[in-house]
Parts: sequence; C-alpha cells; structure tokens
Amino acid sequence: MDARLRGNDGEGIVTSILFIVFLPLLAAVVAGLGNKAIGFVPAKVITTGALFASCLLSWPIFLGFLAGANTAQVVPVLTWIVSGDMAVDWSLRVDQLTAIMLVVITSVSALVHLYSWGYMSEDPDQPRFFAYLSLFTFAMLMLVTADTLVQMFFGWEGVGLASYLLIGFWFRKPSANAAAIKAFVVNRVGDLGFMLGIFGTFLVFGTVSIPAILAAAPGMTGSTIGFLGMRVDTMTVLCLLLFVGAMGKSAQLGLHTWLPDAMEGPTPVSALIHAATMVTAGVFMVCRLSPMFETSPAALHVVMFVGAATCLFAATVGMVQTDIKRVIAYSTCSQLGYMFFAAGVGAYGAAMFHLFTHAFFKALLFLGAGSVIHAMHHEQDMRYYGGLRKSIPLTFWGMMMGTLAITGVGLPAVFGNPLGIGFAGFHSKDAIIEASWAAGQPGVWFVGVLVALITSFYSWRLMFLTFWGTPRWVASEHIQHALHDAHGHDHAHDDHAHGRHAHGHAGHHADEAHANPAQAEDSGDRPSTHGPAQQDLPAGTGGYHPHESPWPMLVPLILLSIGAIAAGFVFHGYFIEPEAGETFWKGDIAFREHLMHAMHGVPTIIKLSATIAMLLGLFTAWYAYIKSPSFPAAVAGQFRILYRFLVHKYYFDELYHLIFVRPAFAIGRLLWHRVDEQTIDRFGPNGSAWVVQLSSRLAGRLQNGYVYTYAFVMLIGLTAVVTWAIAQ
Amino acid sequence: MIGLTHYLVVAAILFTMGVLGIFLNRKNLIVILMAIELILLAVNLNLVAFSAYLHDLVGQIFAMFVLTVAAGEAAIGLAILVIYFRGRGTIAVDDVNRMKG
Repeated sequence: MDARLRGNDGEGIVTSILFIVFLPLLAAVVAGLGNKAIGFVPAKVITTGALFASCLLSWPIFLGFLAGANTAQVVPVLTWIVSGDMAVDWSLRVDQLTAIMLVVITSVSALVHLYSWGYMSEDPDQPRFFAYLSLFTFAMLMLVTADTLVQMFFGWEGVGLASYLLIGFWFRKPSANAAAIKAFVVNRVGDLGFMLGIFGTFLVFGTVSIPAILAAAPGMTGSTIGFLGMRVDTMTVLCLLLFVGAMGKSAQLGLHTWLPDAMEGPTPVSALIHAATMVTAGVFMVCRLSPMFETSPAALHVVMFVGAATCLFAATVGMVQTDIKRVIAYSTCSQLGYMFFAAGVGAYGAAMFHLFTHAFFKALLFLGAGSVIHAMHHEQDMRYYGGLRKSIPLTFWGMMMGTLAITGVGLPAVFGNPLGIGFAGFHSKDAIIEASWAAGQPGVWFVGVLVALITSFYSWRLMFLTFWGTPRWVASEHIQHALHDAHGHDHAHDDHAHGRHAHGHAGHHADEAHANPAQAEDSGDRPSTHGPAQQDLPAGTGGYHPHESPWPMLVPLILLSIGAIAAGFVFHGYFIEPEAGETFWKGDIAFREHLMHAMHGVPTIIKLSATIAMLLGLFTAWYAYIKSPSFPAAVAGQFRILYRFLVHKYYFDELYHLIFVRPAFAIGRLLWHRVDEQTIDRFGPNGSAWVVQLSSRLAGRLQNGYVYTYAFVMLIGLTAVVTWAIAQ
Repeated sequence: MIGLTHYLVVAAILFTMGVLGIFLNRKNLIVILMAIELILLAVNLNLVAFSAYLHDLVGQIFAMFVLTVAAGEAAIGLAILVIYFRGRGTIAVDDVNRMKG
C-alpha cells in the first residue's frame, strides 16, 4: 500500500492520539456513572464504540510508522507537577514502541469488548463490567504513551486498579475477592521497587523525563552510588529496582503467584489484562528503557536469568494443570519469560515482536477457552471435556490457530528455503531462541528450546483433552447442574451462571459419587487426567449438547485468528530484520543490529531446534493423550514426588504462606489485640471514658434530689462564708 | 436575774432545733413546716430581746411583721402540701426526690 494514504502528518497524530487515549476514559465515565440508569445496551454500545474508534485511529498511526511516514511526537496535555527542579507534564508520547502497543491494546480491547457482549450477556452488572474494561484500556494507554516515569507509574497503578476491580468483579465469590487482593498486594511489592527506581532515577539524573534519562544514561556508566550502606554501580541498581517493578506486573518468578489466581476473573478479562496487555507492561518498560539497561550488563544478566527461570518454571507447572484457564495462565507466564530473556540478551526487537504476536494468539486462546467454558456450562476442568471438536467447530478452529501460533508451527529458513514462514509464534519465538544463541548464551538457548518443547506439549495436551477423545462431560457437576435444572441448553446459564456459586456447591449434588475437581487437585495423588475415577464412569455426554457461542464471541475469535496466523509473517521484517529493523526503530529502543545479523548466521541445527522441539512436544502429547491414554497416569505414578511438586506449583504459594502471610497475620493479630485493644484502647479512649463515667457517677450521687440536702449544703456554705467574713 | 444572754441562748437553741428539724427529718413535710416556724420564732425572740435591751420599738414592730409573714407562709405551705398529697399520694420526705440527678 502506498504510504501517502496511510501516513500521518504530525497534526493527524496529535488529534488521533487524544481521541485514542481519552475516548475510553470518556466511555468508562459515562458507562460507570450512568450504570443501570442508562441501561445495559447504551453502556455497552458507548464503551465498545469508543474502543473500536480508538482501534481504527490506532492502526493508521502504526502503519504510518511502518511505512516510515510518521515521526515520533510528544503531545502535551496538561502541566501536572511543578516542584523545585521537578517538572512533570501530562503528555502523550507517540513513537514506534508506543504505536505497537497502541494497536495491540486497542485491537485486543475492542475485540474483548465485543466478545463480552456474548460472554457477559446474562450478568446483572454489565455496565460496571464494561466501564472497568474501558477504564483499564485508558490506564494502559496512559502507561504506554508516558513521556515521564511518573506518568508511566500513574498508568501502571491505573491498570493495577482496573485489574483488581475486574478480578474481583464477581465480588460475591470469596475466591475472587481473595485473588483480587492477592494480585493487588503482590503487585505492591513490585511497585515498591518501581517507586524506588523512580526516586533513584530522579536523584541521579534530576529529571523523570524518559528521553532525558535515556540520553544521560550512557554518561553514568561506571559511576557508583550508596545503596543500603554499600557502594554499588548506579545504573545496575537503578535498572534492577525498575526491573523489580516489571517483575511484579509481568508475573516473573517470585512475584508470579498472583497471575494464576487472577483467573478468577471473567474470561474476557483474563484475555485482555492477564494475557495480552497489562502483564506485558513490564516487557514494555524494559524495552522503553532499553538504552538505560544497555549501560548495565549485570542488570541485563539478571533480566535474562529471571526470564529464563520463569519461562521454564511456568511451562513445567502448566504441564500438569487441569483447569483450562490456568494452563493458559501459566503459558502466559512462560511466554513473558521468553520476552524477558530476549530483552536480557539484548534482542529488544525480538521481545517486542513476541509481545506483539503473543497478544494476538494468547488473547485468541483465552477467548477460545472462554467460548469452550461458555459451551460447557462454566465447567473449567479439562478432565470433563473431550470430543468437543464436532460440537463447537468454530471455537475449535480458533483454538487450533492459537495453538499452532503459540507452539510455533512453521517452515524454518533452512535447506534452501529462503524465507521462514509460519504462524505468528514461529517467527517471534524462533527469533528469541536464535538471538539467545547468537548472543553467546547457550544455557539460555537450551532453556528456550526445552520450553518450546514443553509449550508444545501442554498446548497440544489442552487441545487433545478438550477437543479429541470421547466426551467425559457427564462427570462434571456443572453439566449435571445444567441437565437437572434446565432440561436443555436454552436456559443453561440462568441462575448459577458465571461461577457465582462456589465450586463445591452442595444442594442437588449430594448423591453424586465423583469427587469435585478442587479436591482431586488438592489430593495430588491422583493423576491429573484419566484417573481411575473417570475410567469407571460411563464415558459419555449425559445427554448434554454443547452449543456454539453467539456471534459477538465468534467474530473476535475469527479476527484474532487472522492475527495469530499473519502477525508474525507480515511484521517480522520491521521488528527484527537488521536493516528494516534499524529503519523502523530509529533508535527508539536499543536495537543491536549486529546481534540481529548474527541471528542469521547461527548454525542450521540452532535454527531447526525450536521446530524440532515443537514436533517432539506434539508427538509426546499425541502419544500421551490420544494413542495411549493410560500413559500420563503411569508417568505420574512413577514420578510421584516430581508430579506432586509440579501440581503444587513448586510449593510457592505454601512457601509464601509460611514466610509472609502467616507472620503478617500474626503481626496483625498482635497489633490488633495486644497493642490496639489492650494498650491504646485501654488507656486511651476507653480509659478516659471510664474516668468520666466514674466521676459523673460520683457527681450524680450528690444530686440525690432531697431538697433538705441541698439546703444543708447551702447552710454549710453560708456558715463557711460568714465564718470567713468574721475572721477577716 | 434573766438577762439578754438567756434570751439569746434560748433563741439559738430553738434556731438550731429548727434547722436540725429540717435536715434530720425523715418523716413528713409537715414536720419541715413546723421546723420553719420554729426558726422564725427563734428569730422573733431575738428581735424582741434586742428591742427590749436597746429600748428600741422597731424590733418589736418587725417581730409583728415576721409573725404575719409566718402565718401566711404556714397557710401557703399547707396548701402546697395538700395539693402535693393529692398528686403523689404521699408526703413522706424520702419520696420527694424528683430533683435527683
């Protein structure tokens, strides 16, 4: 296409970006304050319309940057803080990096809004849901358009708030509230690091403006600063503090515990916030500040190792999860690890590229999972799926595209094939794996390849368990509920839809023999799939008919499928090819051209490694879940300790519970009982109240109501006065 | 010879009895009225005694006024007492404690 049509002059960007950022805010305010007063449909139309408008305005900006027709712009909005040396303005920065994030955020958000029309159609609080979604989008856009660290922090906290509100959207469900609080608290830990990083940056550079910091950063290389009583390298400590913030938001190892729990929120939220956009904010920040990270090899190493560790950890845990959303959540965590170690080896372009493609295929997978859950009457346990390929074909094909994309199916550029071609994940993930080899990190390369194998395994496991095999629906409580209550699928979602009831909801199910999924998961002894209990049950549908989701849910699946198929092939040149990349990024991120060149020079076996790993994973999953379904149980029985370790997610939650949560509760209880109740209250308010009460009771006793007593007192007084007067 | 001192002592004793009659009385309101009369009589006795001692008739005239007022006071006091009895059904001093704080 010709650049003249799509290219924007500066004026165009200025107008567009204001609309892109503030339309979602406006929609959130209208839908949120209007709430039920304006009705469901207007609230949904306003928010969805605003998001589609933002999306349509974002793509020309992005394409303009691709065509080289646009230049970076900073659009001032307001003066925010002026205090001494510090001046912070609200301003919207639009450059290549922002443009990428703009299309990712607005596209996925718009599609998720549309999807929610179908998914949330029976929820009584729809305007609130849509308002939160739009509010989130606004905050995320503030984050990515930030020109100062302070504004980025504003967006950072804004998305954290929206995430909290949306995870806890079904606030009547205790587990959702707990998950929301957990997400908020764990993110605070990361935010502390981010804040310290901002303070430190201001201390060192005297400004919070990102371009000014990046320009000054190379000059600070090698300087030291006092931190916690030690002399440490300035840039390393600043970068690491900022990276702690990124770790919290992007759920990296150590601060990852909130992400799987965040799946308590509605599925569209998981797709938008906990897969495509918010959790990538950390990656975005590292890339945005990449010239700063370049000044500290030590910090980059930490980023690389944390990324690789997360990548491996989350993938291994994902192998044994049975909840379809949790599998995808751990997958997200793992893919974020990929992005971080790409950034850590210096391939920022590859990190952003994977962020870009991941947004499409992971949103697709989540929305597909939502569609499956919708069809299966809110059953989320894959052990009760099976054979759904025929029942919900469009969802199946959408999920298929997502799986092909995440596992990286494609033809590598070897053996005379001049150009690698494949699904989105093929381009971005292979680029990361090749970059890690080219950067001279064979250890990390090996982790990358291993995780590619595991990714392929758990992704296909999800597909095989859900769409292949024989139906195992009859064992599901949710399906039983649907069959008993509704006599068909027309009203299948009415009363207990959206998980408002706890998983182990009693009532009609007292006579059912099967254990509920939560118990099976906790016991840890039982194999995650094809356990003995299921084999005893009659495999079958129980007369339940899954139904394909309505069109508002299918259209986003189709559009995202296109993204999952094409995003890698179409855009990989701009993001990671040496010459085109250099032209595209224009110094916006630290683009290591020589590294990108080196990527092309890696040995053939390295180029093939990811594809081979993918095929191995596919074969293993096929063998374990199609060919020989008893195989997983046998393996789990053989390696019982390892299996338990994985099912319990490396015991991170238990460990944190022991180290942080219980002492925190103990301190809280101590302060509550001993300090507050027994000391402050006792001697403070309660004590003075007691004194007043006592003295008033004494004073009250004087007032006995007998006139002669009063007269007696008067007489005594009179006598005293007279005596005194005489004595004078 | 009975002198001024004797009159004053009797008057003081009467006055003290009147005062104690008010404060120590636990019986009924009529006793209080009587005690007040006693106090007034003690005062009258003092007035008359000083009048005679000083040869000044003003004191005796004043004593006549006090007697008049005392009669009125007794009448009004008894009237209040009757009304009070109608209202509360008792004139026991211990029951008159509506001013209790």
